Amino acid sequence: MTLAAATELAAATNEHLASVSNTLIYSSMAVYTLAFFAYITEWLFGSRSKVGRTAAALTAGAERGAGAPAVTVRSAGATAVLERPKVVVRSASGARDVPDGPGAHGGDEQGDMYGRIAVSLTVLAFLVELAGVVARAASVERAPWGNMYEFNITFSTVAVGVYLALLALRKNVRWLGLFLVTTVLLDLGLAVTVLYTASDQLVPALHSYWLYIHVSTAIFCGAVFYVGAVATILYLFKDSYESKLESGGKPGAFARSVLERLPASASLDKFAYRVNAAVFPLWTFTIIAGAIWAGDAWGRYWNWDPKETWSFITWIAYACYLHARATAGWKGRKAAYLALIAFGCWLFNYYGVNIFVTGKHSYAGV
Amino acid sequence: MSTTDTDKGPEQEELGAAGSRLSTAPQEEAVSLPGLGVIGWARWFWRQLTSMRVALLLLLLLSLGAIPGSLIPQTGADATKVDDFRAAHTTLAPVYDRLGLFHVYSSVWFSAIYILLFVSLIGCIVPRTWQFVGQLRGRPPGAPRRLDRLPAYTTWRTEAEPEQVREAALALVRGRRFRAHVAGDAVAAEKGYVRELGNLVFHIALIVLLVAFASGQMYKSDGTKLMVEGDGFSNALPMYDDFKSGSLFTTDDLSPFSFGLKDFQGTYELTGPNRGTPRTFQAKVRYSEGADGTDRTTTIKVNEPLEIGDAKVYLVSHGYAPVITVRDGRGKVVYQDAVPLLPLDGNVTSQGVIKVMDGYRDARGGKDQLGVRAFFLPTYGGGASVLSQFPALLNPVLNLEPYHGDLGVNSGIPQSVYQLDKTHMKGFKDAEGRQLRGNLKPGQTMKLPDGAGSITLEKGVKEWAGFEIVQEPGGGWALVGALGAILGLAASLFIQRRRVWVRAVRGADGVTVVEMAGLGRSESAKVPEELGDLAANLYDRAPGASDPDDDSTPSPAGPAEGAEK
Ligand code: HEM
Repeated sequence: MTLAAATELAAATNEHLASVSNTLIYSSMAVYTLAFFAYITEWLFGSRSKVGRTAAALTAGAERGAGAPAVTVRSAGATAVLERPKVVVRSASGARDVPDGPGAHGGDEQGDMYGRIAVSLTVLAFLVELAGVVARAASVERAPWGNMYEFNITFSTVAVGVYLALLALRKNVRWLGLFLVTTVLLDLGLAVTVLYTASDQLVPALHSYWLYIHVSTAIFCGAVFYVGAVATILYLFKDSYESKLESGGKPGAFARSVLERLPASASLDKFAYRVNAAVFPLWTFTIIAGAIWAGDAWGRYWNWDPKETWSFITWIAYACYLHARATAGWKGRKAAYLALIAFGCWLFNYYGVNIFVTGKHSYAGV
Repeated sequence: MSTTDTDKGPEQEELGAAGSRLSTAPQEEAVSLPGLGVIGWARWFWRQLTSMRVALLLLLLLSLGAIPGSLIPQTGADATKVDDFRAAHTTLAPVYDRLGLFHVYSSVWFSAIYILLFVSLIGCIVPRTWQFVGQLRGRPPGAPRRLDRLPAYTTWRTEAEPEQVREAALALVRGRRFRAHVAGDAVAAEKGYVRELGNLVFHIALIVLLVAFASGQMYKSDGTKLMVEGDGFSNALPMYDDFKSGSLFTTDDLSPFSFGLKDFQGTYELTGPNRGTPRTFQAKVRYSEGADGTDRTTTIKVNEPLEIGDAKVYLVSHGYAPVITVRDGRGKVVYQDAVPLLPLDGNVTSQGVIKVMDGYRDARGGKDQLGVRAFFLPTYGGGASVLSQFPALLNPVLNLEPYHGDLGVNSGIPQSVYQLDKTHMKGFKDAEGRQLRGNLKPGQTMKLPDGAGSITLEKGVKEWAGFEIVQEPGGGWALVGALGAILGLAASLFIQRRRVWVRAVRGADGVTVVEMAGLGRSESAKVPEELGDLAANLYDRAPGASDPDDDSTPSPAGPAEGAEK
């Protein structure tokens, strides 16, 4: 076989792989859509349950008077023998004592079944999308992070992966499903319509193993920050719902139906914090890895290139959030707003800077 | 400085000393007006500056302040863009100038923000470090009076003696690497100091990072050099095309070395939708370190700079340099050189000027100067096309447009070597009286009209490579700071600092009552889990006693009878 024939054959294989990848991405969108409807059905069935746990807890608290902290009992250790001592857990006084909601299905059996179906469909869609991403990588013979289309499909795959991993770790996160799948569909819709780029190779400046390190951690951090941001938004809603109830207000039926089923605001807040705090060191590392790469590629490790600048702004914004949580008067809602601003910076760094600002990063092509 | 935790809720007050010193974060103080006098004001100002609230505001300001620099063109990044902006916005530009918005990151106000932040940071770290050392030298605080008020609590009755229980508890928590001691009737234990240590390391690392970066900026040098294949360079100021340096840089700081470009190679995608996209760029160079070191050869690629001494040599640009021979009216070679041309587009359509200043005589033997505008297409598409079709030398053609007259090089105004000032030049005319133009392939010659000489494009078009030579000390320290920051941060965010107390006293009926409680810096599921685990272990060593009232499980909500002392 001549060299030319070999290249042609390779090109043909690659084109075939690229079209396989496209088909897989479209298929995953179809499955995500099914999952979306299953989640909706779960929420609909769940709305039949009329138990107002939050309201009940808050009113009961008011009746108890001084708001004495409630106690819950946990068994000690894995092999709890009856006589063994039990650990009594009490929440800090001053905090609202609200139980976590039951989840989207609201305790309804049929709702729960649809929820399980939705999760299974999400798993399937995730696998199909993952295969699509891998096929894309194989077709371009490099990591699939060369342009915004590839970045988008990888990003949503990782975000769903994080969600499924949290589920697998038996964390109480199933309530995230509907919000997550909705945005994943938006993200993929944007990817296949506006951002689609035919497979291509990278320009020499992108040939570096730092690409793998820097970009993969950037995508992962973004996906986790995204999960944190969704939890933060829900926290803000749930928190105002709880304070409304506390002050004797009457929230609307829809808000009541939805928010009753979510975890307590304190749990949402804690979850958002954990998620954000856990990736913050990795985000720090991402920026440093980027700086090292820049040092190799452009001659200066810090250049105030727009992308670098916005990574820095994002980093400072998350540092603000972490500081705020340790500062009296800034905890709670104010800190939550900071977290959302920080995620906004991350989003702008991705979409805004790629589209509106030209800098050294822009050659990856929109 | 007070040592109270910032999370000073009512709960914390109830706990008294037991809940204190769990962190070294500065205490929030109410904003009170300062006492009279300069010292009063100074102290007030210092307190404000080193408070968490102001640190938070300064951080917010820093992130806001960084934004304009990413949206407005910056002189440091792209000076021509700034000039374009100035030309396009004549009213806005002076305002921007006054605010330093064209060089945000070195502007007075941006510097003020980060300097204040770092003063605040130092003012925060120093007392916190002393406090932390104090905590390490002291002992965990004794048990609060009522353990059942703590976030995690458990109790049981046992036959074992109180002393035995305390001893067993002490051994148990020490085995888990708690710092522990017996204080009165209870064991007091604490763990997770690494959290505080990590936090301090993180903030100190930020200072290291800043100092390294700032000193790098002050001592750095950064110059460019365009080299045609065959050219050499030795690292001295006059050799550079363009040179910038920090305020404290001196020419003695330049590392002594020399290098020469042997060969430049670029490869490009030949087929498919991305035909023409660059694949590899590499420059083969020989170099020697020091004044007269041994010659070595290596390849410089994008992303793979050559490190010599303290300097790094980067490959930053490339283009073509056709070799031109000019003969004058007498047939004498008056010019022979490779002329570097500037690329205009992705397919390396290039432009430049050949300037023959001395030695040229026209057809009648009179002194004259020649200026030739040159366009180069590495791949000529045929016909009237003026743009190259591909970046590599597939079908190279040089388009020439010759002029003669006064180049104006002696007028004292600096000139670009890539531009021709035609004010005192006249074009050579062709047979029809139009400006003479011609396409040359390698080896071909263009005759100037009326015996004014000729221009030849020699075979073998050379390539040139642009290098950037950067010396920026402090990179190593910056890396140390960065790694310290990550490790410190991880310790600070993943490790919980927590306390455990185990009280064992003899109850009214002579049976020992054991109480255990745990307290973390923040509410966390880990604290009760750990307490449960410790309790289960201790329970094995001090098993439960049967209750006189035959109530086998201790009441969960309150302390066991007689627990209070
Ligand atoms: C250069 C700017 C700064 C950055 C980027 C920064 C970043 C951070 C980060 C990310 C944390 C979170 C770690 C944790 O929660 O344990 C933190 C904690 C902390 N920072 Fe800073 N910081 C800066 C300046 C300051 C200053 C000026 C102060 C002093 C007023 C300060 C005091 C603290 C304290 C006391 C904590 C621990 C809070 C706690 O115990 O939860 N920081 N900082």
